[in-house]
Amino acid sequence: MSENCETFWRAVNPTSELDSDMPTAVGLHGCAQMQNTLVRESDRVLEGERELIAEILAGNHELYYELIAPLERRVYYTAYAILRTEADAEEVSQEAILKAFRGLRTFRGEAKFSTWLLSIVANEGRMRLRKRREVSLELLKSPDNEGEYTPIELAEWREIAVEALAQKELAARLEEAVAALPEIYREVLILRDIDELNIAETSAALEISVPAVKTRLLRARLMVRDYFVSRSWARHLASGKAQL
Amino acid sequence: MITLSCEEVRREISNYLDDDMSPRMRRLLEVHLEQCRKCAVLLDSTHNVLVLLADERRFELPAGFSLRVRQMLAKEFEKAKAD
Repeated sequence: MSENCETFWRAVNPTSELDSDMPTAVGLHGCAQMQNTLVRESDRVLEGERELIAEILAGNHELYYELIAPLERRVYYTAYAILRTEADAEEVSQEAILKAFRGLRTFRGEAKFSTWLLSIVANEGRMRLRKRREVSLELLKSPDNEGEYTPIELAEWREIAVEALAQKELAARLEEAVAALPEIYREVLILRDIDELNIAETSAALEISVPAVKTRLLRARLMVRDYFVSRSWARHLASGKAQL
Repeated sequence: MITLSCEEVRREISNYLDDDMSPRMRRLLEVHLEQCRKCAVLLDSTHNVLVLLADERRFELPAGFSLRVRQMLAKEFEKAKAD
């Protein structure tokens, strides 16, 4: 791997070795060698998952802990981002984990287990939300106000290092930015940019068309960026901190 | 040569981040980004916020979450064995 590739990998995926999912921004790098490495690693992970699932289905149920343990944070966060209450998020997380175990035989192994599980979480979360708010499916899916969106203009941008996430305040501002999004944008952003489902998987999980995913994703990304830079980054600059 | 307006670039920012566009559109967009600081800043800042969003370190589990999941599953495994 060249130095540039290493720099790229660390920038997009700072916490892991080369064994995790393909990062969202891989296209920006445009390096065939790096993409091949990512694809090979992804195949290896899928193979490991298939073996683990076969053992669970053969009766070694305790191995299911191993399958879900690395995903607990994302499961809980996905449920929480949709439902916004800790109690509901935990209940839905447990229900989804249980549902996935009971339906493991129906998991076809074409996608990653994480994609399948997170789709179940999103689905359970949305059902719970509808019940809670008594909002109809049609209303949730209505493309109200999905026209042009003009993002805030910034004269400059200073990179925020991922290490800055250790600062609780920064993490809280990100959380607020996600929470501030209207639901139809928030759910697309969660599945695509936080759970890292691809466009087609996001479309299937939310039962909306691919063009609708793309339209909402553009708006969600610009809105979350606007909220974040206006409330957080600007404040840090104003407080005179040279570097986050 | 055809050039893109800032508005057209904004509409394609998300597709650019997903590498979901034709090589021709990518070239046009990159030409614009080289010349337009505002759009370059928009792309950088959006990309950076998305990288931060995807970082798992910001997700905190409630205390005892994993234990409760294991307890719930243990009951389910017992039931599955009994069936």
